[in-house]
Amino acid sequence: MTSPIADGLIVTWRNLKRIPRIPELAIFAILQSIMFVLLFAFVFGGAIPLPGYPDPNAYREYLMPGIFGQTIVFAAATTTIGMTDDVNKGIIDRFRSLPMARSAVLIGRSLSDVVYNAGILIVLMLSGLVVGWTVRTGIPELLEGIALLLLFAFAMSWIGIWLGLSVPTVEVAQQVGFTVLFPITFVSNVFVPTQTLPSWLQVFAEWNPTSTLTAALRQLWGNPNPFASNSFAAQNPILVTLIWVVVIVGIFGPLGVRRYRSMSR
Amino acid sequence: MPVITAEGLVKVYRSRKSEVRALDGLDLTVEEGTVVGMLGPNGAGKTTTVRILATLLRPDAGHATVAGFDVVRQAEQIRAVIGLSGQYAAVDENLTGRENLTMFGRLYQLPGGEARKRADALLEQFELSDAADRVVKTYSGGMRRRLDLGSALIGRPRLLFLDEPTTGLDPRSRLGMWDVIRRLVREGTTLLLTTQYLEEADALADTIAVVDVGRIIARGTADELKSQVGGERIEVVVRDRSAIPQAVEVLGRDCKGDVTVDDHTRRLTVPAYGGVQTLIQVVRDLDEASIAIDDIGLRRPTLDDVFLSLTGHVAAAIPGEGEGRAA
Repeated sequence: MTSPIADGLIVTWRNLKRIPRIPELAIFAILQSIMFVLLFAFVFGGAIPLPGYPDPNAYREYLMPGIFGQTIVFAAATTTIGMTDDVNKGIIDRFRSLPMARSAVLIGRSLSDVVYNAGILIVLMLSGLVVGWTVRTGIPELLEGIALLLLFAFAMSWIGIWLGLSVPTVEVAQQVGFTVLFPITFVSNVFVPTQTLPSWLQVFAEWNPTSTLTAALRQLWGNPNPFASNSFAAQNPILVTLIWVVVIVGIFGPLGVRRYRSMSR
Repeated sequence: MPVITAEGLVKVYRSRKSEVRALDGLDLTVEEGTVVGMLGPNGAGKTTTVRILATLLRPDAGHATVAGFDVVRQAEQIRAVIGLSGQYAAVDENLTGRENLTMFGRLYQLPGGEARKRADALLEQFELSDAADRVVKTYSGGMRRRLDLGSALIGRPRLLFLDEPTTGLDPRSRLGMWDVIRRLVREGTTLLLTTQYLEEADALADTIAVVDVGRIIARGTADELKSQVGGERIEVVVRDRSAIPQAVEVLGRDCKGDVTVDDHTRRLTVPAYGGVQTLIQVVRDLDEASIAIDDIGLRRPTLDDVFLSLTGHVAAAIPGEGEGRAA
């Protein structure tokens, strides 16, 4: 009788409608990423040598795929905040009292966040072109990279949904979001080549999903991609990223659904 | 067959530090086509009851049916026949009124065209047509409640739950809301309404169920409940606080009942079984004792009196004692 996809699309529509009504959210998400680009491209970048790339402009080309990855990871915080807000405002109770598919609220949240991220990525890619990023391969590789980013956004949204249903208020959601997300994005290859890290941290940084995603993008687009080691993760970033997507969705999808169901306890 | 039956509902909210028994063996039946008002103070268990019946919450013990379906095992069937308008206006404040209604209509599984038509009709009915394309953020409290009520009605539910429909509204919006609810009732909607306002239950409900600490402690029409506490009362306001003890003595002698004293307002209340005759006697005796009075009169008992005589405490809302809403 009820269809998770049809109902999920209605909830997606609702979430997307809200974006231009609260433009600050999207604008600051983009500004934050652009700030990171400017900060690292022009402030720290000069002090970060890329092994094997003597050209000083190489850093900016190296940086941009990392910024795309970081933006996608940070977007999980937006998902968390959106979810918590819906719970606290009573919208979720309204949805739960309707004869709609149970999973539609979560599917809608996840899908709309993927679309939202796609929009933000377009703006960021255009700004990347301005500071010297480019795709050295071809259109198919560009599209594969974007697809990988969006798949990853899909996975991250399920972490965001689970967190959003687990924390009591939007303020806590914000705190938890950034406490978890900062180390994940900074202990990675986003801003610095992992060679500079102590060796125990190098392992973490290389297997970190943000790093595998970033390395996969650099590999796909022919951007500077200095390998730290011959580890499996560093050698097969695309495959490892896809495995991460499956693992994250496999763990946090059911956790989120369970949280949602247990709201009636 | 009643549209709602609830037997022995128990719900306990547990947190690390405390355990709140929100429902403690609550029984309730609601017949098709009637309006039942659950009346009680904050924390009595009204919202918990509605949330259980609307399938948002599972009871810890007891069982309940809505439209013949079990609230735990057949929640999906129940959702197709109910409408819920909660204590906290659950509409999306970043969507317009029309967008909210259309969305809820679609999620109620109405086809797109019908959802739009139904949204238009409800906007018209609740006098929101002019504001239909404004985001809800810009609505007044009363408009928001009307939209919330509209959202609950979008699927033409057989049974409507209204959880404190006028809490937080100014008096004018409250009267407007009462009109809207009365119109629905006239059209034959079965309604379960919760309120902490005695006059609201009196104004809207056919049957009142008085709730206290998780149980129904009395049930009947407003008149039946009032006659339970005896007939009319005499109310006297004395001019000087110092004359209160003397006045209590006079009233006690003439009326042969317990005198309730409100020191602050200098108001004395006592059941007057003899009606007007007793009143005349009281006026005469107060005059004889030279007790100056500002006001005296005979009045019918209010539901406040009912609550006081049933529970031993007044039905005042205690600030800060929420209903333990499960998030």
